[in-house]
Amino acid sequence: MATETHSELEDGLVFHPMDQFQVISLVGGDVEWFTITNVTLMMALTVIVIAFIMIFGARGRALVPSRSQSIAELTYGFIYKMVEDVTGKDGVVFFPYVMTLFMFILVANFLGLIPMAFTTTSHIAVTAVMAMAVFLAVTIIGFVKNGFGFLGVFWISSAPLILRPILALIEVISYFVRPVSHSIRLAGNMMAGHAVIKVFAAFAPLVLISTGIGLVVTPLSILAITAIYALEVLVAFIQAYVFAILTCVYLRDALHPHH
Amino acid sequence: MATKTQELSDAAAEAGPGMPQLDFSTFSNQIFWLVVTLVVIYFILSRFALPRIGGALAERAGTITNDLAEAEDLKQRALEAEQAYEKALAEARAEAQQINIAMRAEIQAQLDIELAKADAEISARTAEAATALAEIRDSSVNSVKDVAKATAKEIVAAMGGKADVKTVTAAVTSRMKG
Repeated sequence: MATETHSELEDGLVFHPMDQFQVISLVGGDVEWFTITNVTLMMALTVIVIAFIMIFGARGRALVPSRSQSIAELTYGFIYKMVEDVTGKDGVVFFPYVMTLFMFILVANFLGLIPMAFTTTSHIAVTAVMAMAVFLAVTIIGFVKNGFGFLGVFWISSAPLILRPILALIEVISYFVRPVSHSIRLAGNMMAGHAVIKVFAAFAPLVLISTGIGLVVTPLSILAITAIYALEVLVAFIQAYVFAILTCVYLRDALHPHH
Repeated sequence: MATKTQELSDAAAEAGPGMPQLDFSTFSNQIFWLVVTLVVIYFILSRFALPRIGGALAERAGTITNDLAEAEDLKQRALEAEQAYEKALAEARAEAQQINIAMRAEIQAQLDIELAKADAEISARTAEAATALAEIRDSSVNSVKDVAKATAKEIVAAMGGKADVKTVTAAVTSRMKG
């Protein structure tokens, strides 16, 4: 039975779970830095959707908000409150920056969940740039605002004196690992979810090849695709939120380096 | 199961580079478009969307605060009106009480006068009746005396005696007393 399936698999089922992540030029030719690719298309769509939600949706400015206005205002209030709670009053100046990151990741994640779409946030190149931008911004703001006092972020004054150098070493390492974990968390989550859906999708047409085993596998894989898709909808939001709140946490370190 | 896994890795190998994420030739393209996108989104949000939404939210918060203050004011006024009403009610009640007491006293006084008057009339009538009764009794006693005298005189005459008027009268009078 196993060998039978094996030979049939070779003929019928195609596993290309990573193909969906390929950057493809939409105008032909090689992918140069300015080439219009599927990345360009999805990012342009992201901009359009954000503009639609945040400008067109909120255009009413009614005292009692309409539904679309509520969406924009709730998003605004959600991120504003998060920035204010985590970074404090003086961190509110970074609200548009955090809002930009959150909205971009959120909308890009959701757009990527549309079948056949390309998920820009599943690429480490994209998330690493955002994470590095946060890392550099935090470091520069930290030194500009606090001078060398910013180094106090590594010196945990509440710990016993003996432990402080060791903790400082750990803190320094963790500080420089931040952009890595910050970016890989998002890209990894998006990539893994989409790849798993694709793998199950490849198993789905098995009933066309081998009716016997396919009657079991096909419904199971369709069920699995549905379940993982639902999970991915949740992950799409959670990862955007996590990225935004971690940005806030890092910004708090820059503004208030003393624990 | 092992064969399937084998198949999977084979298929992946056939598809060329395992992870398009690690294809560095596309990095410059992605980074360029990402920077463009983020700048555009930042511009849209910070120039248009966020000030407007923030303004709408602030406006709403202001309206709500004003409305709450106004509601508090109206509540205060309603409370005052209620107090004034309660006061007026209490005053009216007290006044009614006073009027009630005064009225009662007046009625009582009038009643007393009437009662005294009636008592006086009753006693006058009683006295009158008593006089009349006494007169009637006296006259009846005299009549009986006359009749008794006449009867006694006739009886004495019938018995053949000579009736002395004086003696008879004395006898009758003494008998009637007894």
